[in-house]
Amino acid sequence: MTYTGAAVELPPWRRKHLLGMEGLNREEIRLLLDTAASLREVNRRDIKKVPTLRGKTVINLFFENSTRTRTSFELAGKRMSADVINISASASSVTKGETLLDTVANLQAMNPDVVVIRHPESGAQAFVARHIDASVVNAGDGRHEHPTQALLDLLTIEDHLPQLGYGSLEGITVAICGDVLHSRVARSNAFALRTMGAHVRLVGPPTLMPAYAEEALGARVYHSMAAGLAGADVVMVLRLQRERMSSAYLPSVREYFTFWGLDQARLACAAPHAIVMHPGPINRGVEIASDIADHPQRSVILNQVSNGLAVRMAVLYRLCLGGQGKVT
Amino acid sequence: MNLHIAGGRVIDPATGLDATADILIMDGLIRAIGQPNRLDIPQGVERMDADGLIVAPGLVDMHVHLREPGYEYKETIAGGSQAAAAGGVTAMAAMPNTRPVVDDVSIVGYILQQAQRAGLARVYPIGAITQGLQGEQITEMGLLQQAGCVAFSDDGRAVMNSAVMRRALDYSRAFDALIIQHAEDSHLAGHGCMHEGVISSRLGLPGIPAVAEESLVERDIRLVQLTGGRYHVAHISTSGAVAAVAQAQQQGLPVSCEVAPHHFALTDVAVAEYDTRAKMSPPLRSEPHRQATLEGLARGIITVIATDHAPHDADSKDIEFCQAANGVVGLETLLPVALELIRDGVLDWRRCLAAMTCNPARLLGIQSGVLAVGGAADLVLFDPQERWVVDADKLHGTSRNTCFHGRQVQGRVKMTLLAGRLVYRDS
Repeated sequence: MTYTGAAVELPPWRRKHLLGMEGLNREEIRLLLDTAASLREVNRRDIKKVPTLRGKTVINLFFENSTRTRTSFELAGKRMSADVINISASASSVTKGETLLDTVANLQAMNPDVVVIRHPESGAQAFVARHIDASVVNAGDGRHEHPTQALLDLLTIEDHLPQLGYGSLEGITVAICGDVLHSRVARSNAFALRTMGAHVRLVGPPTLMPAYAEEALGARVYHSMAAGLAGADVVMVLRLQRERMSSAYLPSVREYFTFWGLDQARLACAAPHAIVMHPGPINRGVEIASDIADHPQRSVILNQVSNGLAVRMAVLYRLCLGGQGKVT
Repeated sequence: MNLHIAGGRVIDPATGLDATADILIMDGLIRAIGQPNRLDIPQGVERMDADGLIVAPGLVDMHVHLREPGYEYKETIAGGSQAAAAGGVTAMAAMPNTRPVVDDVSIVGYILQQAQRAGLARVYPIGAITQGLQGEQITEMGLLQQAGCVAFSDDGRAVMNSAVMRRALDYSRAFDALIIQHAEDSHLAGHGCMHEGVISSRLGLPGIPAVAEESLVERDIRLVQLTGGRYHVAHISTSGAVAAVAQAQQQGLPVSCEVAPHHFALTDVAVAEYDTRAKMSPPLRSEPHRQATLEGLARGIITVIATDHAPHDADSKDIEFCQAANGVVGLETLLPVALELIRDGVLDWRRCLAAMTCNPARLLGIQSGVLAVGGAADLVLFDPQERWVVDADKLHGTSRNTCFHGRQVQGRVKMTLLAGRLVYRDS
């Protein structure tokens, strides 16, 4: 459902934090997606600002470099009139000075409503959530989860359901390709897609698959792109970090692209209408060929970015106001 | 203090004694053990009623970290001795990964002196296998043994270099010394911070595969075959390692192993939500591995229960999971968690207590863990029925990092005697 027009009332949201997609039920995911869909309208207005979160404080606390996610959260907060502060921190450990606990205590003293955190360690946000009164949004923790990425991916897939020939996410086949082991995007998407009734495939070299991936993530694992992509409705390509070449995960970029890179021939294995997604930033010629990344019908990579803004607005809105507020 | 401990159920696994009996203690020694009210009790001996209690040799924990010297903010020998006394442990073997490392006789002397000063438990230092725990050059095992070391270990890390391990096992034979291996292939373990399995994959935490332990135990057993050195696997945690030890024992090789209570009582499920209290090395494993440790205990392959008592300050634990320190305290939960093995039919009373008394004492070659007339009166008196809930805040010692906080347990230490002296009384 898509909301248009002025005042909109939505059912309530009861969670304090958004730490991951694992554990969210179908209704909760539906609610966040519907909220995001309704908020997209704000981003199309001439004056892209609503007073919904006036007086609320959002802190973006990023322990890792990020352009698009941090900007997206910042803009999401500002478009809803929240006060947004960005803090870039180095992943401080006990040896480097201030501990995460100290950082959290300092933030708490400023009494924020939402703290959006990206951190290189899996579970760091869960740790912070145990020690802070504010709502915590996980903007990526190590190789664990990146829930707003999964939400924006789901929203993007839903936008293309007519093209894919489906009425809902139920029953669609999504192939997540590449470095699943180190990917928080893959985990969040696998959890969320499973909950929404999609079939999830994980495709990549054995060295980049998590242990017991099928059981842990509720997915089918493939090591051949041709088999993994066969008939898939959505091909989600993961970013491959070059440091994987130096730790015996992979021999070379050349070998990786030859066997697991997405090019025209590989994409031909998928369903004829299949769409291609990538969480960005893309490595052209490493995990995806340029002509696929830029393909006007197939690539929906920039739609993902637009939806990211709406999804982050929806998350901030829900965490700040539950179901009480109205978008006007 | 002269004492007449009357009417308790006396269990001495070393002799097989399990009966209601009286014990007379004079001048720190056990003077007599006999049927109730049959002992000739001299005047002026204080009577201590042990009705309803089990009286056993003071427990022997062959794997603890006392952190002194070097990490006194985590624990001291005095603090660790308090925890031991509260747990009914009267003798413990302390691992050498202190700062400085126990690779020199002067440090052995310092530890013994500090333990004596605390006076609450017998502390037996374990020397390093290699200098500075660097895995390269073996230590002066003979001199260290003369100074008081009861075994050798690089605990906290494995001796990875196969040639060094071969030499250590070979050289140790000159002194009949026990080599204790922290069996974990450091390359396979990598940056792992929990057991590699379904849960690590869900949590996105780098895992330590079971094969990291299993492959090293298998290698070491080959080296034992070659050298004949006495070899002991510390804190065994995997089914493959238990199987390898079983096979070695069948071949008559001098191979033994211990298990920590957390490894037979908990699984990696305890890590969920990134609970650093459940982080230790080796990590909590999955249920099949836990079952293998229980089977190993039941079949007599694992003959020792040892805590790997590893105190850590809160600052080392209240941080991101991967950066948090490995280790849990265990001295005060050793007995009640081990008693669960009796409740669950894994072990009987005699074998369960043997795993915490005479079995480790024999491996270390120390005069502890038995009720010998004429021997030191090191005893624990515990109520096998009393139920209680483990509370981290009520633990003794300096640190509070237990993985059993909130656990309902049964069996509570009421009194601990060291050389006839009351070193702990439950109040």
